[in-house]
Amino acid sequence: MYPSFDSIIENLNAGKTYTFPGGVHPDDRKSLSNKDSIISPSIPPLLVIPLRQHIGSDGVCCVEVGEHVLKGQPLSQSSSPFSVPVHAPTSGEVVAIAPHVVAHPSGLTEMCVSIKPDGKDTWCELSPLTDYVEQDKSELVARICQAGISGMGGAGFPTHIKTSTSKPVEFLVLNGIECEPYITSDDRLMREHAWQIRQGLDILTHLISPKAIIVAVEDNKPEALEALNIACQDKDEYRVVSVETKYPAGGEKQLIQVLTGREVPRNGLPADVGVMMFNVGTCYAIADAILHGKPLIDRIVTVTGEAVKAPRNFKTMLGTPVSHLLEAAQYNPKKQKAPKVIMGGPMMGFTLSDATIPVIKTTNCLLVPSKKELVDDNAERACIRCSACADACPASLLPQQMFWHAKAKEYDKAEEYDLFDCIECGACAYVCPSEIPLVHYYRQAKAEIRLQRDEKNKAEKAKQRFEARNARLEREKLEREEKHRKAKEARLAANKAKEQAALNKEQTSPAPSDAKDKVAAALARAKAKKAALQAGNADTTSEVSETSPPTDDKKAQVAAAIARAKAKKAAQASNSTEQAVDATNTDTTSDDKKAKIAAAVARAKAKKAAQASNSTEQAVDATNTDTASDDKKAKIAAAIARAKAKKAAQQSDSQTQTVETNSDAPNAEQSPSVNSGTDDKTSDNDEQDEKKARIAAAVAKAKEKKAKQAQLEQSSEQSSSPQDASDSVVDDKKARIAAAVAKAKAKKAAQAKADSERENNTE
Amino acid sequence: MKLSLSSSPHQRVKRDTGQVMRMVIYAMVPGMIAQSFFFGWGVLIQAFIAVLSAVVFEGIILALRNKPIERTLTDYSAVLTGLLIAISIPPTLPWWMTVTGVFFAIAVAKQVYGGLGFNIFNPAMIAYVVLLISFPAAMSLWLPPATHAEVVPTFFDALSLIFTGFTTSGYDVTQLKTVADGVTMATPLDTLKTDLTLGVTYSESLNKPIFDGGYFDAVGAGWGAVSLAYLLGGFYLVKTRIISWHIPGSIIVSVFVCALLMHLINADYYASPLFHLFNGAVMVGAFFIATDPVSASTTPKGRIVFGAAIGFWIVIIRTFGAYPDAVAFAVIIMNMAVPLIDYYTRPRVYGKKAKSSAGGRP
Amino acid sequence: MTMSNTILFAVIAIGILALVFGLVLGYASIRFKVEGDPLVDQIDAVLPQTQCGQCGYPGCKPYAEAIADGDDINKCPPGGEATIKKLADLMGVEPKPLDAAHGEEDVKKVAFIREDECIGCTKCIQACPVDAILGAAKHMHTVIAEECTGCDLCVDPCPVDCIDMVPVTQTTSTWKWDFSSSPKGDIPVKMVS
Repeated sequence: MYPSFDSIIENLNAGKTYTFPGGVHPDDRKSLSNKDSIISPSIPPLLVIPLRQHIGSDGVCCVEVGEHVLKGQPLSQSSSPFSVPVHAPTSGEVVAIAPHVVAHPSGLTEMCVSIKPDGKDTWCELSPLTDYVEQDKSELVARICQAGISGMGGAGFPTHIKTSTSKPVEFLVLNGIECEPYITSDDRLMREHAWQIRQGLDILTHLISPKAIIVAVEDNKPEALEALNIACQDKDEYRVVSVETKYPAGGEKQLIQVLTGREVPRNGLPADVGVMMFNVGTCYAIADAILHGKPLIDRIVTVTGEAVKAPRNFKTMLGTPVSHLLEAAQYNPKKQKAPKVIMGGPMMGFTLSDATIPVIKTTNCLLVPSKKELVDDNAERACIRCSACADACPASLLPQQMFWHAKAKEYDKAEEYDLFDCIECGACAYVCPSEIPLVHYYRQAKAEIRLQRDEKNKAEKAKQRFEARNARLEREKLEREEKHRKAKEARLAANKAKEQAALNKEQTSPAPSDAKDKVAAALARAKAKKAALQAGNADTTSEVSETSPPTDDKKAQVAAAIARAKAKKAAQASNSTEQAVDATNTDTTSDDKKAKIAAAVARAKAKKAAQASNSTEQAVDATNTDTASDDKKAKIAAAIARAKAKKAAQQSDSQTQTVETNSDAPNAEQSPSVNSGTDDKTSDNDEQDEKKARIAAAVAKAKEKKAKQAQLEQSSEQSSSPQDASDSVVDDKKARIAAAVAKAKAKKAAQAKADSERENNTE
Repeated sequence: MKLSLSSSPHQRVKRDTGQVMRMVIYAMVPGMIAQSFFFGWGVLIQAFIAVLSAVVFEGIILALRNKPIERTLTDYSAVLTGLLIAISIPPTLPWWMTVTGVFFAIAVAKQVYGGLGFNIFNPAMIAYVVLLISFPAAMSLWLPPATHAEVVPTFFDALSLIFTGFTTSGYDVTQLKTVADGVTMATPLDTLKTDLTLGVTYSESLNKPIFDGGYFDAVGAGWGAVSLAYLLGGFYLVKTRIISWHIPGSIIVSVFVCALLMHLINADYYASPLFHLFNGAVMVGAFFIATDPVSASTTPKGRIVFGAAIGFWIVIIRTFGAYPDAVAFAVIIMNMAVPLIDYYTRPRVYGKKAKSSAGGRP
Repeated sequence: MTMSNTILFAVIAIGILALVFGLVLGYASIRFKVEGDPLVDQIDAVLPQTQCGQCGYPGCKPYAEAIADGDDINKCPPGGEATIKKLADLMGVEPKPLDAAHGEEDVKKVAFIREDECIGCTKCIQACPVDAILGAAKHMHTVIAEECTGCDLCVDPCPVDCIDMVPVTQTTSTWKWDFSSSPKGDIPVKMVS
């Protein structure tokens, strides 16, 4: 059914409304708290303001701990269209920005700003916009966003998004229904501040330009109805309509159905049927924001139930802990069997897990029932298929079907029965004679379905990434093969060309190239030897070329270069320049460079030789002329040695404490000595390790001395769990790396040891 | 402060399952009074036997299944089943037959399926059908109404009949069925059925003494009053919203319409609507038996279809079937069809277009 | 009519019927053929795609192929009970409890690299089956938490053992309405049946 605009107006003019199916009539118990006027409680000792009090994302926090804030000062800023800022409800000092328990049934934490009020309650500078009619609409919307206004009726949708809609609006509705029992905050607000609500309505009308304006109030609030009537009496187009009391008439979808007979399509918004609805509290806050420049920092909260001596409405600062309000209403815990505080009404409210949970923008009531009042045994019986739930459901769902499938975890069938159309009003569970907590099952099923959908999406993404990775590896493999193939071909071609060239050259020019070079190099070497012996140089560079077998061409080249350099020197001394020149000339220019490098290295070596007394050092140093990674390898080897030593020490159980994961070289020297006390099983390995350890230790010592910083790192105790307590000094990083690697290796070695021991034991 | 948690909603309607069942039992009281007025103490004694054995059987089975006994028994469903069986059987049925029937109802038709809420068939009707098919002779030994009977059994007579098969004076049930002129009197439905086979027309059959004293022309004595009393109880149930009007309303309308059609086709052969409505167990069936929530349809449209089909079957089986009364069979047949009916009569959900709801892949 | 004639007619009649029905069935099997997923794809869609290898196969697709060939369905710990049930339904076999030899079902975890200790060796990057680790040689490595499937394959290759498997924490948006896991308070829910 989709009544046209005109027929709806006709209906309203005749004082008739449509109706929605189902619904229940619980006892409204509003008289408990709607008799007294709104008062403000004292300022609490601590205010905890969550950064997110609406549907959407957190704003970006723009204050720091220790900062002094004024009342109304923004604490966060809107970072995306769906984030709404929060403001300081009073002046004070920010004492913490940390996770704190928030008003959510789970009792989990979210980021909150904690403020300690200074009691002075000083406002920040306000900039009201009384001539809003002249202003640009976008400016007004921005003001509404900056004032931190989001829906105060319970859902918390950001208001600035609603007010900046581009769809044409036929009906602007103010929701003053407040259908849930016990809650009277909107009732008192309408009674006492009807004029400001009216002003807010003016602003909204200006912003949205609807065709018709309806203010809906339930018929159990005659005083509020009258107050609004008086406030809107000068404007005929503001229709104040009385709606028959039935829970949940205040739900957005249900109220639209009652007033206009139209249904909001599933997954759609009221704007899709030409309706825009605001809570009266939100409307009041909009007026505050535009006309007084005040951001949203407080709201009316009903504290009611028979367990409080003085139930009434409080104009509460956002962020007030619940305990403060309970105190203000004189909470009497003896009246309850077990302490229970419900945030919201008895049908849709959720129990709080903690009394320090703060009041937020969507908190309309704190209900503290006595033990006789809301008896809720939670003793579920079997469903007798009486269909009382289906009769009560305002969305015409089949709660019993959804329940059976949700209970059996047949989520796809539950979805088929339109589980996600459930508005969780609680009417079904209210009437169930078997006391089944129906809404609880639906919530669990919905959460489970959402998580499953998420997981499915993630799995899909992971699969795609996996396949993309496989494709990439395949591609790289093919490219590599391609490259090799090309290189092979090139090599073959080059060889062939060379051969050809060689053949050609032999035929054409008598000047030899390679062979002659080799001969020249050999001659140079011989000359160098002789020169070295003559010079009486302690440099055993030539030894190097003998002792350390030239496993790679580079080493040989370097040695050759050194030799050439020596030869040059010797030649200078003994006047055999030609050969030296020849030797050097036959090389390519890079060899000169290598020679220079080699010379420099040789100088360094000489220096070192002078410093050191150990002959093996030279051998080690020689290896240092190779690529720099050898340094690291040595360190790693040192670390490994240390680790092995540690392991050995552990076994021997004697000097465990003395072995430290320190990068101090001297300690590494101790480890070999410890090793000597180990079993025969590991002695073989240990001997080699000893040597390696000594080498590594020496290298390490040298490196340590080279390092300018002389201070030692804090030594961490040897323990099976690696704990690098060192500060991050860049120079020591490498050492730490080595240490960590050593630790890891030690652990692995220990594990392997344990495994092998176990194997041995079982054999 | 450690606060206790619970899930919303935090309040409930005061009426729980036990209360619902109890109110149904209260609604049966007028009918039971009428029945015992016309047919003797037997009804009440049977009620006692049936309820006692129902509770005992259910208790034993719950203990075997390790379910909480007291909590389950306090939903009064066993009591209600016992009572429904008691009013459906002849008041002088031997006690052990009653107990057998109750056993079938509780153990086989209810607990084997999973207990309350899980049974497919109406347990009381299963019991009735089992007894009817196993002991056809005993199940057709209905007493004549007190207004017509020659010998009205006293309380001790009834007790003795039930436990021994003979009254204190030595009569047995067949003898008790004799009325003034030495003719045995059967129930109105039985009378008509037998007469039709003998070639007697419907209107001629109405001249039989059994039909004197009923409130309407076609209604049998005693039986009519009993049906009216149950109708009263039924109104009470609808008024207090224990049951919805859909099932009883559609059963009554359907019986009326079907009987009317047939009566119009051949008034000699087919009984009038009022005859069908007030003789036999249509009123009891419409308000107390077919409305058993567990085995009936759950959607509003589905309930109407369910009731209409039951009404149709009642008239058909009565007319063309072998048994005089057909309420039990009709209810059991429709119990089988309930999941199908429920599936195809789903209400249109808020916000969905009518075409896309209901139907689809089962 | 003679006996043999009767038989002959009977045989011919039935033969013709058989032919007709055969043609109808053949036509129907072609005309109404259901283009379904090949079984391996269906199985793969059920598996959780963590590519962890705990089942003994190098990825989920190979395991799916193995299941289609008749392998056991209870080898996937990340999938857990729910996946075993779904596979049992799909393959028409009895659901078996998770094979402990392949691992235990655990809470969902995500890898986390302790950046202070990372040496930039790229071993973990090579190990990750879904490329969820960002980094390059000698540069910091970090795990992209949204892409990490918790497969555990990066922990072993790391030479400095700086990768932790951290359980995913619940937030207010992922809470499953399980009051027993609420940090404070309790819910006395008594389920009768």
